[in-house]
Parts: sequence; C-alpha cells; structure tokens
Amino acid sequence: MTNYIVRRLSYSLISLLLLSLTIFLFVRVTGDPTTLLLEPGASQADIDAIRQQFGLDQPLWVQYWHFMLSVLKGDFGNSFYYRTPVLELYLSRLPNSLLLALAAMVFSLLIGIPSGIMAAVRVGGFWDSAGKVFSLLGLSLPSFWVGLVLILLFSVSLGWLPSSGSGTVWHLLMPAFALGWYFAAAHMRLTRSSMLEVLGSEYIKLARLKGLPETLVIAKHAFKNALIPVLTLAGINLVIMINVAVVVETVFAWPGIGRLLYEGITFRDFPVVQAVVLLGGTMIVVVNLLIDILYALIDPRIRLER
Amino acid sequence: MAMQSEAISLPPRSSFRLDAFPLLPTLILVSITLIGVFAELFAPHNPELGSLAARFRPPAWVAGGSADHLLGTDHLGRDVLSRLIFGARVSIMVGFTAVIFAGAIGTLLGIISGYLGGWVDQVIMRVTDTWLALPALSFAIFLTAIVGPSEMNIVIILALVYWTRYARVIRGEVLSLKEREFVRLAIVAGCSKWTIMRRHILPNVLNSAIVLGTLMLGVVVVTEAALSFLGVGVPPPKPAWGLMLADGKKGMMVGYWWLTVFPGICIMLMVLSANLLGDWLRVKLDPQLRQL
Repeated sequence: MTNYIVRRLSYSLISLLLLSLTIFLFVRVTGDPTTLLLEPGASQADIDAIRQQFGLDQPLWVQYWHFMLSVLKGDFGNSFYYRTPVLELYLSRLPNSLLLALAAMVFSLLIGIPSGIMAAVRVGGFWDSAGKVFSLLGLSLPSFWVGLVLILLFSVSLGWLPSSGSGTVWHLLMPAFALGWYFAAAHMRLTRSSMLEVLGSEYIKLARLKGLPETLVIAKHAFKNALIPVLTLAGINLVIMINVAVVVETVFAWPGIGRLLYEGITFRDFPVVQAVVLLGGTMIVVVNLLIDILYALIDPRIRLER
Repeated sequence: MAMQSEAISLPPRSSFRLDAFPLLPTLILVSITLIGVFAELFAPHNPELGSLAARFRPPAWVAGGSADHLLGTDHLGRDVLSRLIFGARVSIMVGFTAVIFAGAIGTLLGIISGYLGGWVDQVIMRVTDTWLALPALSFAIFLTAIVGPSEMNIVIILALVYWTRYARVIRGEVLSLKEREFVRLAIVAGCSKWTIMRRHILPNVLNSAIVLGTLMLGVVVVTEAALSFLGVGVPPPKPAWGLMLADGKKGMMVGYWWLTVFPGICIMLMVLSANLLGDWLRVKLDPQLRQL
C-alpha cells in the first residue's frame, strides 16, 4: 500500500514539475517575458526590477529555479489591473466558482442519474432513445450557446430570470444549467452503462429469482452499486467544472475564476492568466492523485498491480 | 418481466444502432465543407462590409425584414447569411488543419512511446499526462495570450492542446500491436525499428487515428468558437461563428435574437454531425475502440 502511494505520489510530483516547466518555458521561449510580465509603458525601473526578480540575464535553469521559488511561496506576481497579489484575487473568486460548480453538479446529477437508469432499465425503448438524443445534444451543444439561448428565453422574452451577475439563487439557475448540461449527458451515459453492467450480474439474477418485485431490484439492489462509478466521476467533474466555466461565467458575468481568466486576457493581465492556468492544472493533478489513492484503499487489485 | 430481463442482457451498444450509415450528418458535413470552400459563390453579400443604414435588420420572414438579407443584418449592417457562409470557411480551415496537426503529432509520439518503451515512453507519457491535466480551454487561452491571436496561431495552439488525446490512445494500441506475430517476424527479418514503426505499426493505427480525428473535429470546432467568442480567437472583422456570437450578445438584450441563434445552430450542426459520423466510424473501423 505504502509502495503504491509513494509511486503514485512521485508521478504526481513529476506532473506538477512538468506543469510548471511547461508554463515557464512557453513564456520564456516565445519571446521576451518582460513584455508579458510588465504592463505596456512600464518604467525602466520596473523592467529592471522584474529582470532582477527572475534573473532574466541568467541561464534558463536558474530562472526556472527563481520562478519555482516564487510559485512555491504562493507569489504569482501582482495583477496589472487590480494592483493586488494574483493569489489573493484567485482565492477571493474561488468560492463563487465552487458555488456555481456545486449547483451545476446537483443539476447534472438530478438529470443524468434518473435518465440513465430509465435508459438502462428499458434498453431500446423510448426512454433509451430519448436518452441517446439527450446525451448527443449535451455533448454537441456548446455551453456558451446554451447560456445565450437561455438568456434569450428566460431573461429577454419571459423576463423571469436576471441575465447576469450574482447574489441570489435566481442568478445561479441559468449558469448552473448551462454549465451542467454537458456533464448531465456524461453522467447519464455512465449511469446507463454502469446500471447495465450491474443488472447483468449474478446477485441481481438471484434477487429476481427470489421473486423480488422489479422496482425493488432496481431501486435497492442495482441502483446503489451502479452509483459508485458515477459518484467518482462526479467528484472529478466537480473540479473540472471549476476550471472549464470560463465561457459560461463570461456569458453570465458570474464572478468566478473563469471570469477572472477572461478579465485577464481582456485587460492583458498576464500574471492572472498564468496563475489561473497553473493553479487549474495543479488542482486537477491533485484530484486525480486523491481519487487514485482512494481507489487503492477500496480495491486491493489496484495497489497490488505490478 | 421475462422479456425485460432478456432485453437487459443485450450488449450495451446494440440499441444505439450505430451500424446504420449516418447519411444526414455526412451530408451536413460535406455541405458545410463545400459552402466554406466556395463561399464566394454562395454568399449574397460581402461578409465584412455593411451599411450602417441597414443595421439590425431582422430575418426576411419577420416583420421589417427583406429578402435582400434572408437572415437579417448585424450591428454594422453586415449580412448575417454571408457571414455564416464565410464563417464556415474559418471553422473548416481551423477545424480540419488543427485536427490533422494534432493527429500527426499525437500519432507519431504515441507510436514512438509505445514501440520504443523505456525512458522515451516515460518522458512522452509524463508530458502527455501533465498536458491532459491542463483544462483545454484555459491552456489555449494562456497560449494565445503569449503568441497573440491569428488564424494560423489558433491552429497551432489547438494542435498543441489536443495532440495528447491521440498519443494516449495510439500508444495503447501500439503496446498490443508490438506483441503480434507480424511485428515479431519483421524484427526477426532484420527490419530496423523505424521501418517497423513506419511500415508495420503506422498502417495499423491509422484507423484509430481517423476515428479519433473525426470525434476531435467537434471538440476543436467548439474550442475555436469559444476562443473567438472570448475575443482571443480569429481576429475581427473576419467572420467566425464564435465571433458572431460575441457580437450577437450585444444586441441580445434588446431582442435581436437572430444574431445569437443562427451562428449557434451552425456550430451545433457541425459538431453534432462530426460526433455522429465519428461514432459510426468508431464501430465500423475500429472494434477495439468500441468500449471507450
């Protein structure tokens, strides 16, 4: 067990190292980083300060060392636009992103799980076909367009919901739907296949042989076990949702991390862009690690492999 | 009850009826491609020139619309239909080239990684894993922030972001291929590693690469649209569907719905068609991928 965790941990550390190296090299190799790290019209003193801080006249690996030291101290530089440390900005937006992601997750599970079960219980039936169409649409409709159409419908035509901003539950509904839409389709697909697998297993056959009513077999015996992979995926997806909401947050002016990234590119605020990407990748690497360790704890086959 | 249990034991994919050739999606994809290539022949107006006198005209069938602008005009008085037609060219150009670039890089690295194994494999796979962890859109935005937006840069950026998807799958295939008899015979016959990879491995993974490429087309088109929507994609005034959506958003609150609805439908049609065709190809060409 310890062996497995150590190996898995070292992979993640390598990933994080490569992640920072990727970001670092892209910034350095594509030109003079001072043009990115300094705002246009910066004074010679500012330029010298940045050159000093990152040691831009020194070899690349020394520069990388300085870069890593700053990042590990949580120093991602100051935002050009807000004039505050980028990390502070990021952390102040994180709760909003989390709230939106949670709402989108609730929505996607509320839609995805029941429809996936319906599709699995009646394979080839009406609900299965409806589910197939739904999952295709979910995977094919860009979330930002779904968002725009929602605004047209519920804000412009009907006037029921506010088109942008945050603060009340009503502000949350449309962005959560737009963001959760794609994931609802993914959760439906997985619920369906997971249900089908469970329904084909021996203990379900036994439950049926015992003469249990079909609803009880499905609701009590099959459902619980089929849910495990779906909830695992949901755990990973929650973190992914936080990091892919750029367009949805932009459409609805939701003040999360995605919106921060958008502001970063609009105001040419490079330190913000760099930090959002770096922290997003880090978050996903860490979650993957946690999930793998959790799985190893549950399933001995994984930790004993190789 | 009995019938139900029988139905349940069917293999999961059978009900999806993916074996029927997706005629409509193929027609849509071919049409979009042709319209994009021969945009000059189809477009009734210049997509980048408008007259401010003709701003915000609604589609022809709505009160106030005229047959001259079938799908209405935008905030600069430009013809929406013509912009959609030229927008198809952008989507096709960016979509196909990015998919091919990403496919070429990913397939090459996947083959090398899978066949050579050892530290080469370790290096390539660690990079692949790391890049896969980066949220695709944020990564693409980061790269455009560095190199600046242009059509060519978008293609390169999308290729850089998406090659990892190919590398993963292709490597897995190569791992099983290299244990096969014909590869072992080629080794015994004295073929060099490069010859084996080129002559014996590559042709056998091409099918998977094509399937993946078709499925990636939808992803790439949506990402390009998202980048353009955010203002870091194809630079204006060039008509791109994502850019049209961003422009359309300005007139949305006052009810100019056609500026939002039509570009979205175009994106959806293209992505949906690519996905349906990709699903069908997956079943037809590549039994191994069916389980994905």
